[in-house]
Amino acid sequence: MAGRRREAPSDAAPLLEAAAAERAVTCSVPRGGGWRPGARWARDDARAEIEAQVAALPAHQRPPMREMGRRSEAAAPPFRAMRPDEATGGNPFRPAGALPKSLGPDPRSVPPHRDSSGRETLQRPKLRDIAAPQRATTRTLYKGADRPLVTSLKDGSRLVIGAACPVARARGLVPGMAITQARALVPDLDIRDADPGGDAADLLRLATTAARRWTPLAALSGADGLLLDITGTAHLFGGEARMAHRIVRLLARLGFTARVAVADTAGAAWAMARFGVDDRRPAAASRSPATRPNRGDGWLIVPPAEHHRAIARLPLAALRLDPGVVDALVHLGVETVGQLVEMPRAPLARRFGDALLTRLDQASGRVAEPLDPVIPPEPIAVVQHFAEPIATAEAIEHRLGILMLRLVTALTEAGRGARAIELIADRIDGVPQHLAIGLARPSRDGAHMLRLITRRIEEIAPGYGIDALTLHVRRADALDAQPVDERLEETPADIAPLVDALANRIGDARLWRMQPVESDVPERSLETAPPLADAARPAARLKVDDVRRLDRSVDLHPWHPRWPRPARLLRRPEPLDHVIAELPDQPPRRFTWRGETHQIVRADGPERILGEWWHRTTEAQSVRDYFQVEDETGHRFWLFRRGDGERAETGDLAWFIHGAFG
Amino acid sequence: MSSATIAELRESLRAIQGDGYKRRPVLPFGVAALDERIASGGLRLDSLHEVAAATPNPSDDAAATLFMAGAAARAWGQVLWVVRRRDLFAPGLYQAGLDPERVLYAEAADDAEVLALMEEGVRHRGLGAVIGEVKRAAMPNTRRLQLAAEGGKTIALLLKRHAREGGNPLHVPSAAITRWRIGSAPSTPLPVEGVGRACWHVALVRQRGGEPFETIMEACDETGRLALPARLADRTAVADDTERHVYIEAA
Repeated sequence: MAGRRREAPSDAAPLLEAAAAERAVTCSVPRGGGWRPGARWARDDARAEIEAQVAALPAHQRPPMREMGRRSEAAAPPFRAMRPDEATGGNPFRPAGALPKSLGPDPRSVPPHRDSSGRETLQRPKLRDIAAPQRATTRTLYKGADRPLVTSLKDGSRLVIGAACPVARARGLVPGMAITQARALVPDLDIRDADPGGDAADLLRLATTAARRWTPLAALSGADGLLLDITGTAHLFGGEARMAHRIVRLLARLGFTARVAVADTAGAAWAMARFGVDDRRPAAASRSPATRPNRGDGWLIVPPAEHHRAIARLPLAALRLDPGVVDALVHLGVETVGQLVEMPRAPLARRFGDALLTRLDQASGRVAEPLDPVIPPEPIAVVQHFAEPIATAEAIEHRLGILMLRLVTALTEAGRGARAIELIADRIDGVPQHLAIGLARPSRDGAHMLRLITRRIEEIAPGYGIDALTLHVRRADALDAQPVDERLEETPADIAPLVDALANRIGDARLWRMQPVESDVPERSLETAPPLADAARPAARLKVDDVRRLDRSVDLHPWHPRWPRPARLLRRPEPLDHVIAELPDQPPRRFTWRGETHQIVRADGPERILGEWWHRTTEAQSVRDYFQVEDETGHRFWLFRRGDGERAETGDLAWFIHGAFG
Repeated sequence: MSSATIAELRESLRAIQGDGYKRRPVLPFGVAALDERIASGGLRLDSLHEVAAATPNPSDDAAATLFMAGAAARAWGQVLWVVRRRDLFAPGLYQAGLDPERVLYAEAADDAEVLALMEEGVRHRGLGAVIGEVKRAAMPNTRRLQLAAEGGKTIALLLKRHAREGGNPLHVPSAAITRWRIGSAPSTPLPVEGVGRACWHVALVRQRGGEPFETIMEACDETGRLALPARLADRTAVADDTERHVYIEAA
């Protein structure tokens, strides 16, 4: 590979000829100095043609820069460029707005491995251009797309490359290399954080999809592969070759570059997918016409009983061995699987233990290798069909009671608690009736769920009759076995059933709690919270040397009575008329509101509340001076004046009423 | 020995017998002048009580609201507050002793829904108080609520708001045990600048098995308790509870 990169490809020959011719011409510039202005080979017309030829080559075959001659362009800044805006492409495996996507594992050793970028929309043409060189010009337009991209992974105390895109690998970056070294080698490197957890979750979803679509036996294989047992299912997809091709194409549409190998044993398929498939070359690279149907773009099929021969020429790493064992064997002169197979087994077992022979036997099929299949979650639903259609509420309720028992059993078996249940009543005229209920907390309480449904049973229009009732669990959360509360004293009843009953009647949005918010502006000092809030998260522990530990005072509640607040607040402050007040900080003596004049007898204030300049620039200067006033009949109001009465920029000195005290 | 002392002794005896606070069927105000004049010695927990503001003035409305909030704060457990408009200000309720963690708000579309939600809450039996705000509630509706409350320990408080066309909201026949009219009264002047504790006109317009009365009380404090105002205008405002009790007993 390395040797091939050094030799000049034949397509660059005109370039070298032009350079040689240029050197022959006498010139004031010393010979061999490379580029100088006005050189024939550096002129635009010749250069563009050469550039197009070079761009048509795969990345790893391009001549190095010193053969091409230097360019007159300004060098890219050595710092990492700003990341372009994330395009939220149609990747069904990660919702838009999620964490920046990582590259996933090393693409070379991955049967369905991740696409090397988070931006599928731009990345897809690039993946295609590996197989279709005419796309190269398109790619040169997308400067952002062909920046080499790697993910960074924390390995102990240093950052290493987790995975690298083909462009980056063509520039010599390999997974495991330190990020600093990579940055030194490739200045315009695009580095993103790896997300191993997200990759594992995506792989699991992919395995679930495979288990639903292609075969019931789909298993995860390491962090970067899937093993599908397609025995007996390949013919459903048009044979092994067509199935492999379809899988590769489907995954490519989803943004994954996949390599698929079909073999008799899991070990052989693993080896061939990682070391036998070469997706760099199109199908034309096959050696003989006889084997052509067995090899395609990103997939490979080992004919039945041929896997011994197929893996014989592969390196030892294809056997899923420890790197140490591989190194020791290479040290002994054993480099391929074939050489290993020909060696006597007893000394091998003595020297390397059973693991080596087990792997060898698994690859050849002498030892069975059971798969641990991924079981796709099944939606929970119970259905009841009727021989005679039912139409009365009593009959529906009776049947629902029986159905609910079955639903609770199913939920218990699954260890789940329902959050949303939908009842679907199939009418004989084909118009299904839907009835959905929600629960504030995961529940398996059949009586409670039945009560919630039966009180809305009149919403079902039975028409000519209902011939089937189905209860679907639309949303469920994990719910383990519940502890029994054996305390003797009376404990307050759980209000979750009440919340469910109210929420199903008036809707979630009209049931709430209030909680304090850290803000002095009255209308922003509270916010709504869900009716069944989780236990408040304890505040983060302060560090030993945190300066806030010096503060020994007890925290006051944000709504402490020291700052009186009215019982009812006007939706928005209403302006007052005919206010008589002394500046700068005296309460009003008299004001008129809603046509009524109030004579102030007693007053308290001002409580000065400044605008939240750290949130809103428009409030940088604004001030409200709040006064609690009482008129001669004992009515108390909460008034404020805009502005502090001294500086004009703090407000226009207009008076408002904001609420009423009791 | 005054009645307050006897009540206190009864209270401690009940505590010794293991009959906790929750089982007490009555929510007393803790002010002898009020409790003695209510037939049941306080607000009965298992029944419906109506509260109305003296005038449609927002300040009187807020006084009636705080009167209910104080009662709910002194009750046990969670409180369901069914509103028609979202104009309640939780910090103000907190300053009457009603912690935001105890209040569950529900917004109803009309008066009928308010009453239905209240009944749901009362029948649940797990709430300490259920509060609703309506403009009109006919006799059958209040009777329904009262029947739902009986046998439980959830106090049902119904705020009758003034209708736009006027009229006394408490004149409508109702099954409520007590009917209160709350309005603002001029507070006791402080010897210094500023406003002191608010005062309310508290009127028990009707009660089952007792006489109506009205009096002036000091508004709810931070724990939802009312107090008798200092009688003498030139006397300083009562600083703390111990002093007040001494004064009440002397009276």
